[in-house]
Amino acid sequence: MSMTDFASLVKDDRVHTALYKDPAIFEEEMDRIFNNTWVWVAHDSDIPTKNSFKTSWVGRQPVIVTRDKAGEVHVLLNRCRHRAASVCEKKKGKASVFVCPYHGWSYDVDGKLRKVPHAKGYDDSFDTADFPLISLRTESYNGMIFATFKQDMEPLVDFLGSARKWMDLFMKQGAGFGVKTLGEHKFRFPGNWKIQLENTTDAYHFPIVHKTFLDSLDAETEDVFDVLGQGGWVEDLGNGHSVMVMIPDLIDLEDNLDAPIPERFAAVAKELADEGYPDDEVRKIVRAVGGSGFNLNLFPNVACSMAFFRVLRPVAVDETEITHVAIGMDGGPVAGNRARLRLHEHFQGPMGFGTPDDAEGWERVQRGARAGDDLWIMLNRGVAAPEGRPEPGHNAGDVSAETGMRAAYQMWKRMMTA
Amino acid sequence: MSGELAEPIDVTATQDCAPTFDEAIAFIWAEADMLDRLDYKPWLKLWTETGEYIIPVERDAPDYADALNIVLDNQEMRESRAKRLLSGFSMSSAPPARTVRTVSRFAIQAQDDTSITLRGAQMLAEYKYQHMRFLPADMLYRIVRGPDGGLLIDRKVVTLINAEDFQFGIGYLL
Repeated sequence: MSMTDFASLVKDDRVHTALYKDPAIFEEEMDRIFNNTWVWVAHDSDIPTKNSFKTSWVGRQPVIVTRDKAGEVHVLLNRCRHRAASVCEKKKGKASVFVCPYHGWSYDVDGKLRKVPHAKGYDDSFDTADFPLISLRTESYNGMIFATFKQDMEPLVDFLGSARKWMDLFMKQGAGFGVKTLGEHKFRFPGNWKIQLENTTDAYHFPIVHKTFLDSLDAETEDVFDVLGQGGWVEDLGNGHSVMVMIPDLIDLEDNLDAPIPERFAAVAKELADEGYPDDEVRKIVRAVGGSGFNLNLFPNVACSMAFFRVLRPVAVDETEITHVAIGMDGGPVAGNRARLRLHEHFQGPMGFGTPDDAEGWERVQRGARAGDDLWIMLNRGVAAPEGRPEPGHNAGDVSAETGMRAAYQMWKRMMTA
Repeated sequence: MSGELAEPIDVTATQDCAPTFDEAIAFIWAEADMLDRLDYKPWLKLWTETGEYIIPVERDAPDYADALNIVLDNQEMRESRAKRLLSGFSMSSAPPARTVRTVSRFAIQAQDDTSITLRGAQMLAEYKYQHMRFLPADMLYRIVRGPDGGLLIDRKVVTLINAEDFQFGIGYLL
């Protein structure tokens, strides 16, 4: 498909259904988008010490994220340079060397080829320096580690741009202890990756799809989750990134610390007080435990979504894997982190009160998209954002506007036609 | 039935003591049948008040309370979950996938004066939207005798064969 064709599939207020179901477009996306920009691979706390590692993905390519003795992070293709066997099949752990199980080639954590068994079988021209694990460019911001195949990609901080402010706000959930990943829910749905990308910036579905989640809350908390009724907004942050503020009161978790502690956190507040935390610390921790009031979508594969990281991985044109990473306070009180784990389990995961309904909705989109070859996905919803809330100069709309989706698809168009 | 088995003293003894292996198995089969029939309201009554229903992510978590789980339900969460699944407003469970399950390979893990703890294997097939999926799991049941002589679940741990890997949405109870 030519670049002109890609351009014609994305209009200002709609995208063509082919974007969900054409395998040729999917193949091009893997090349032009996932191999061509910053892709989130890990959080700093996934590899907390020297020689710790985590396996991850950049698009469809398996990688190992490592931390070397000097603390530097490396993202390496998980493929032996000899005959391609994967050199690591663990999810995470500690290792000072990666040994290929097939012929025993061993690699340092920075990717350098350390040793080749029975080296005499190679002639003098063989140089281990020619065969390191392939290393991707790697940069991080506020604990979030990204990698890219594109050697001349702009610096990560520039790529994130206006999104950085929201990442900083999001990390206040560490309550001063720092953010730590606590565990992962992984699930798949038979549908295109962009359906999930859209959903993170879709407040419109919340009261409908998540009615049973809302019904399971106490009245006070149900009011907090009235996401369409609190004067929120959606703001285009550039480069396909966007933020959807659903609960403006929970933008800055260090504000309003004098407000009464919500009933649902009374038990954890008491536990913290009993452990000896002073009142101001208890308030700060409890407010952090409740999570942020916004979803920050970072194009193309990660979101800082209220209280967790939501990572998408395209598997096929009609299959996507989602990881919901629970986060808590690094070295913070056990009671606070337990409360966060229970809150996460309540909504997220394959049997959460929210996720299965999202997944079913996305599957229904993919099933429905089989019909109507000339029909379009409509992204024309939205009225003006509440005055004075979005940053001046940013394109924005009300909380249920499809502004964030339009932003992501304009970035898609830019990258697919570059 | 032989006169020996019908003696009242045996009944009294059975009702006071820990559940037997055979009783526990029959009880687990009845529970499995209830779950396949989506009979969740009576299912809620099969539990002790402090009973824990756990579907872990980590196969060997030292303490489920400090780990992320797929499900870690106390009585309140079980009630809330059953209500949600039966409400008709959750699109993943209205209707849910059809399920057929069997539980077997039972072995006694522990036994004391009041309880029996069994390991087992569950083979569950689900079907929805032309997808057939298979969700095998290692099971652990701690079963006690309730005040009326019937059996109750005090702990049920469903460790899916691929617990730490991806699942698809599950709109029913395991």
